[in-house]
This record gives sequence, structure tokens and C-alpha cells, in this order.
Amino acid sequence: MLDLFIAPFTEFAFMQRALAGALLLSLSACPVGVFLMLRRMSLAGDAMSHAILPGAAAGFLIYGLEIVPMTIGGLIAGALVATGAGAVARLTVQKEDASMAAFYLVSLSIGVVMVSLRGSSVDLMHVLFGTVLALNDAALILIGIVTAVTLISIALYWRALVAECLDPLFLRSVSKLGGVVHFLFLGLVVLNLVAGFQALGTLLSVGLMILPAASARFWVNSVFAMCLLAVGIGFAASLSGLLLSYHASLPSGPAIILSAGAAYLLSLLAGPRGLLRPLLPGRHHRTA
Amino acid sequence: MPRTSPKTQPRSADPAIRFDDLTLGYDGHAAIHHLSGELGRGTLTALVGPNGSGKSTLIKGIIGLLKPLGGSFTVSMDQTVAYLPQHSELDRSFPARVKDLVALGLWQRCGLLGRHQPEDRKKVSGALTAVGLDGFGDRPLDTLSGGQLQRARFARVLVQDANLILLDEPFNAVDEKTIRDLIALIQGWRAEGRTVVTVVHDLDLVRSSFPEALLLARRPIAWGPTAETVTPKNMQRARLFQEAWDDDAPWCAPAIRVRPGRAA
Repeated sequence: MLDLFIAPFTEFAFMQRALAGALLLSLSACPVGVFLMLRRMSLAGDAMSHAILPGAAAGFLIYGLEIVPMTIGGLIAGALVATGAGAVARLTVQKEDASMAAFYLVSLSIGVVMVSLRGSSVDLMHVLFGTVLALNDAALILIGIVTAVTLISIALYWRALVAECLDPLFLRSVSKLGGVVHFLFLGLVVLNLVAGFQALGTLLSVGLMILPAASARFWVNSVFAMCLLAVGIGFAASLSGLLLSYHASLPSGPAIILSAGAAYLLSLLAGPRGLLRPLLPGRHHRTA
Repeated sequence: MPRTSPKTQPRSADPAIRFDDLTLGYDGHAAIHHLSGELGRGTLTALVGPNGSGKSTLIKGIIGLLKPLGGSFTVSMDQTVAYLPQHSELDRSFPARVKDLVALGLWQRCGLLGRHQPEDRKKVSGALTAVGLDGFGDRPLDTLSGGQLQRARFARVLVQDANLILLDEPFNAVDEKTIRDLIALIQGWRAEGRTVVTVVHDLDLVRSSFPEALLLARRPIAWGPTAETVTPKNMQRARLFQEAWDDDAPWCAPAIRVRPGRAA
């Protein structure tokens, strides 16, 4: 029985690397996802994941399936879309959701056109959906660096990140960090999406960011606890997703995200702040 | 915090804020025209006027959230500022406890990275006691009533320990008992020599509890002792102001100015 869970990782190096990559990604992307959700920007994360595609595709067109150029391209595209959408929102009548949608849709279609210019649909599938089972050293190192940068940044700017979500006007009245933190945070989102796309693909890497965070919200009521729990759920989803992928011959990225989706469903139903708890018999209200 | 360089020599003994022909607004449209005058230290001033008359705009300008379209203002260098935004600016569903909200007030002391010392925590719990929220420190924010939340936000102002306090509509959606308690806190701040500016809509409250008032209607109508400022005649004039932006409005020439102590 235990073999079922351990053997794939002891026998195959590619499974070990996949697990290491997925765990590192969870450690990094899940806390980012918690803040993304608390800032009501969950869908902006999704938009950004589409937006990095043309950059990755440009790297792919010029250098083939190489992690470093694709990563740098993704970072540039993500930064362009994030600052472009932010600038339009600040300088014109348009709100950030609309400008973000406009930018990412154009960006996504440019990306698909670029990939189709050269590659087959297999290449497109790789860029869109990743292959965690093919993580090479360069990819693992990149994910490790992103994880370190993310955790250090979040630790350093924790107080400002929390204040920016909770009471942004107040933060602006006591500190100039409000704007800085906003862009630093968008930078972390792009960085984590780019780190995730080799493993999970551009479209699915946002899943590991949002689903564990959204699940954690049903269980706990403090930002720190949500981050810890989200990382735990991310770990569990990575492990079970890879095992599912191995035993049932499913594509690995979607298997991980589906596992996280199952955690979300469970949390939605069973969490203390979920759907079913109020229906349980026996718990009445206190008198005061 | 923009502390624009003083253009004029001190007129009185170093006020908390000096406004010098200040115009604030959005998209080139002025929300407040040509405010000149001084906010004395230790004064308690009600900011009065119809909706859209520029009260919140003025406070946001002082905080530095808006850049002046014209003129300038000077906040005296030794002033530390505490700002209470309107109720609606706070995300009540945010997973935080009451004491986390109050501890934000330690920002000026501890900044981004400074550790909260035992005396800081004592300050937070002391502030909660002072606003009547003893024992509420660990309650999640989303379990508080509107009045309790406003008390918690006042506790944050207490923790900020500032000598210039700006409150934007602190009595909205708050019951009478809470208003009485909050007024007592405000008057305590004044007794301690702090300068307090509060946006208030309830004119009876202004007359009973605020010694000074600044009546705005997109421009200053009157500024000075409340009894001389909040008069039926001035209120009538304030009500006549044009609320809508006029896109063809002529560009402004320096005109109407009001100094504290006399009506325009």
C-alpha cells in the first residue's frame, strides 16, 4: 500500500524532480495567492497568467524549449501588461479590470499566433499546460530562486501588504509604501506565474496560486494561518496530483490543479466557514 | 506628506496648518477654491458643508493623497498626523482581529519592520479600554457592529498619538451613545492640546461640541467660532452652491478669500 505512494518517487528521478518543483512552487505561490485573493484580484492573477504567454512564446521561437529565455520573455510580457493596464487605469477613465482584460486578451492572442508561426500544436500544448515531469536543473534552480525571492519579499513587506489590503487609505496616510507595495506585489505575481509555467503551463500555474488560498479561507481567519494552510494544501495537492498522474496516466499539471480543486470543494463543504457547518444539528447560539 | 515650503512669513505664532490660496480638485475641476487661513494649534474645528462641498477633499489634500491644483499649504514641521478615513474605505471582510486593526496605528513608531514591544501591545490594549472595547482585541473584524468598528478605529487614532488629528465623517451610521463617547474622546484630545479637524453633518452636534467651524461649499463660506460661522444665513449661502461641474466654466481668477474670524 505504502509502495503506491512512495515507490514512484524512489524509483524515478523525474518524479523526484517533479515533486521538488511542485513543493517549491506551493511554498512560493500559495502565500502570494492568499494576498491576491484578499485584494480581490483572483481573476487578475488569471489574466496575468494569459498575459505572459507572448513573452514565453518569443523565447520559445528564438531559442526553442529553453527555460531561461522563455522565463525572461514571460517576465517582460507580464511586466508590460501589468504596468500598461495599471497606467491606463490611472491615466484614463477606464478601470483596471477592463484595461487588464483588454491587455491580456491581446497579449494572449499574440502569444498563440507566435507559437503557431513555428511550432506544432504539441509545442503550444507544452507552453499552455506545462510538463512538470520534464523539469530540468535550470527550471528547478529558477523555481528555487523565485521561491526565495518571494518568501523574503513577503516577510519584509508583510505589514505593508496586510495594511494595503485592510485599509489602503490609512496606509497612504502614514507611509509612501502603498504604491511601492502594489507594484512589488504585482511583480511577485508575475514572477510566480513565470516560475510555474514550465511545470504547470501558463494557464494552470495560477491554479496553484488561487485554489489553495481560496480553500484556506473556509478554515481559518488570520492572514498568517491562511498562508500556512494554503501552503499545506498546495503540498498535498502536489503530492496527490503527481501520484494521480503517475498511476492513472493523467497529464501532471491538470492532475495537480484538480487535486487542489478537490481540496477547494472539500473546504467549501466541510470548512467551519463553509456551506454545511451551519446546517449541522446540535449547535445552537449562546445567550450572550 | 507634502510640506510645501512656506511662502509667507509666519502671521501668527506658528499654526498647525497654514493654507495659502489652496485649490484642490480632480481632473482640473476645483473641489475647493482658494482657501486661505490658519488652523491654530489645539483647536477643535468642525468641517461643515453640503455633500460634494469639498470637505473630504480638503482632508485628503492635507494628508497628501491629492496634489494642490493651485496655491499651497504648510503643515508645521513638528506636526504628526493621524487620519481616520471614511467608514466605507475599510475592508470589513478582511481576516484580521480588532487588535490587528488598532496596531496599524503603531506604524509611525515601528514602521515596516520594527517589532511591536510589550509597551506597544500595552498601548493597543489601553486604547481598546479607552474606547470601551475591553476584551474585544481577539474578535474578528467582521463580527463587530458599525459602532464597535468605529470605536476600534478611534482606538487606532489613540495609538497613533498624533498632535494633528483629521477625522472624515466619524459619526456616520453610529448610534447616539457611541457618538457621545466618541465626542468625549475628541474633547479629551483637545484638552491635551491636540489639533482636531472633523467632518460633521449634524449641525446640532457642531453647535454643541465644536468651538470652531469651517463652512465649505466648493469654496470657503465662513471660518471661525461656530456661533458666528454656522448661522442660518451662511448655511443658506452654502446650499446655493453649484454642485455639478460645469465643463465650460471659465478659468478661475483669484477672487473670493476667507480668513478665519470673519465671514466673506
